[in-house]
Amino acid sequence: MQQLLTFIRKEFLHVIRDRKTLLMLFGLPIAQIVLFGFALSNEVKNSRIAVADYSKDPVTTQIINEIASGNYFDIQRTLQSAAQLESAFKKGNIRMAVIFPANFSNDLTHTGKATIQVIADASDPNLATTITNYITRIINNFNTQTALTAGQPLQIIPEMQFLYNPELKGAPNFVPGVMALVLMLVCTMMTSVAIVKEKELGTMEILLVSPFKPIYIIISKLAPNLIISIVNLFIILILSALFLDLQVKGSILLLTFDSMLFILTSLSIGLLLSINAKTQQAAMMASLMGMMLPTMLLTGFLFPIENMPVALQVLSNLVPSRWYFIIVKKVMLKGLGITAVWKETLILAGMCLLLFAISLRRFKIRLQ
Amino acid sequence: MIKTLYFLLEKEFRQIMRNKSIVRMLLIAPVIQLILLPLAADYSVKNISIAVVDNDHSTASQRLINKITSSGYFRLTGYTGSYNAALGLVEQEKADLVLQIPAHFERDLVRENSQKLYIAINAIEGTKANLGGAYLNSIITDFNDEIRVDWHTTGTLTASEAPQISVASSNWYNPYMNFHLYIVPAILVTLVTAMASMQTAFNIVQEKESGTIEQINVTPIKKYVFITGKMIPFLVLGIILFTLGLLVGWIFYGIVPVGSFWVLYASLVDYLFAMLGLGLLLATYSVTQMQAMSLSFFFINIFNMMSGAFTAVDSMPAWAQAIVETFPPSHFIRIMRMVVLKGSGFGDILYDLGAMAILGVILNGWAIVNYKKTA
Repeated sequence: MQQLLTFIRKEFLHVIRDRKTLLMLFGLPIAQIVLFGFALSNEVKNSRIAVADYSKDPVTTQIINEIASGNYFDIQRTLQSAAQLESAFKKGNIRMAVIFPANFSNDLTHTGKATIQVIADASDPNLATTITNYITRIINNFNTQTALTAGQPLQIIPEMQFLYNPELKGAPNFVPGVMALVLMLVCTMMTSVAIVKEKELGTMEILLVSPFKPIYIIISKLAPNLIISIVNLFIILILSALFLDLQVKGSILLLTFDSMLFILTSLSIGLLLSINAKTQQAAMMASLMGMMLPTMLLTGFLFPIENMPVALQVLSNLVPSRWYFIIVKKVMLKGLGITAVWKETLILAGMCLLLFAISLRRFKIRLQ
Repeated sequence: MIKTLYFLLEKEFRQIMRNKSIVRMLLIAPVIQLILLPLAADYSVKNISIAVVDNDHSTASQRLINKITSSGYFRLTGYTGSYNAALGLVEQEKADLVLQIPAHFERDLVRENSQKLYIAINAIEGTKANLGGAYLNSIITDFNDEIRVDWHTTGTLTASEAPQISVASSNWYNPYMNFHLYIVPAILVTLVTAMASMQTAFNIVQEKESGTIEQINVTPIKKYVFITGKMIPFLVLGIILFTLGLLVGWIFYGIVPVGSFWVLYASLVDYLFAMLGLGLLLATYSVTQMQAMSLSFFFINIFNMMSGAFTAVDSMPAWAQAIVETFPPSHFIRIMRMVVLKGSGFGDILYDLGAMAILGVILNGWAIVNYKKTA
């Protein structure tokens, strides 16, 4: 036991002494929470659009004013010709063009119907859908206003309310996502290098011939990373409470317990990578190139998992951060208790045990 | 000098090619990811779960519910009589939004000529909330029109003379709203980014860690020749990876760039110049591979989240947009999307090309200055 503590202390010193890595370990979560928390938002506003008004009458002017008055659109320019439209799109200056045809007011007064042409740059399909909907809503409101004065019958007015996150801030979705992403990648990366480094430097041989038990080697490698990650977790929680107004609504104890489970799972993945890799570089490549994007996309905080093809949905079940993300959302944002997250907790526990058992079995106590 | 460079290049290429597992990681892993991941990054929202609180139980409410479920965007996951029960479904993530139809909706709509519907949306996932609200809104508007026409034809009401303005919308450059067209170029850029900057950093630091850099430092090889020798192999690898990526995009997703390949590759070289410079800079600041990895992870992670690949730069506050302008990937992602989807030419992307070139000069210059000091 004394031996083990000495070794844990040694590993700790290794980590603490390397200031640059330490800076990354604590700097990354802080920078990400602050940057992403404040910068990322899902609210689409101030979209740059162009207006071409070939009619130029009081009605079109009124509609253009309506469009400009909200904070949804930012009228960048007025177009004179179709050629200008094409080049504005190609330069990426505008997201949408609103065109009032020349006979607009004529049609409106004589037939009671007129059409506004809206062309959206659909390279980003969702943005196109959202801003087309905004424009449609503005025009519908305009119709309703004129209709109310004229006595349009049977008005159904939908009243919309956004739950949990009324301002459509990015933070409530991104903070749990970033927590899952950062904790998982940092743990995996740090651990993946740990054992292979000893192999590369040749010090592993010395450890193996010593009376020190192999399981102790593993424990002493994991301990510093576990502690650092828990400190990181609390830094993230404090920062989001202070700056992003995201307090832990549920039980902190439950959240900490599940986080530790998740951290241990990620450490076990790192361990497995480390045991299989021959060089530090290979271990890092596997944990960075191999895991970063899949973790990012399959956790479910950027893209909803239920939209993915079935094969990828099945694959995403294997990604621990996916389950952790659900737990954090439920416990931290919605304040639910263990009854709501027992399934996810069990899955994480199972993954953790399985991975740790495999790495223990594969840990070779002989060189070659 | 050219001869020295040639020998250095030969050495570098041999070292890279000899290590099979690295080559696998460098080229095969990204290609597999590019094949699979765009499938995961599908945001064409179509399975929004909706819980309906029907306090009316009238033909009108039934008709509205039918219209919503048959639209293809929504899935009815709850039909309850109480708002709290529906809210419970939202908490269990079984419903994304709740539509409440008030009691006597149909009767009062006729009597009072106007009625409200209440919609509550789980806004934790903002994009889904935006789109879900948008779809539901347009369905209700359609429904409203239908009802009006019905009442009108049965003669209960007189048609109003209010003028109607309608919106005819069209979607350019991606008329089928194919999300892959948007996401594949961005994922390709992320993969090239990770490879280019990280590998350069690792490679140089490895020489530091194993001590071979000292040997090179005492030879008459000029420092910029050495650095050029380190950068060219990864420039070549970057171009190979990019080409493989374009092939994957064409074979698996049917994406053929509208613009010219000449523009694409010129931008790529401009971009790689900047990113290799970043790798070089990180290498000068690190002593061990661990440090190089930590530093490059720091930057790549922030680039991935903020460069507009998966998140919208447009909706960021001004200060954040200013920061994003200093990230080379954000410019290259913009160029890729413009050239691949819209066929933009050199004239259209001058600003982004220039920005990347300036960033490249700064990063490389900084790296060389710093390298001289520490080596």
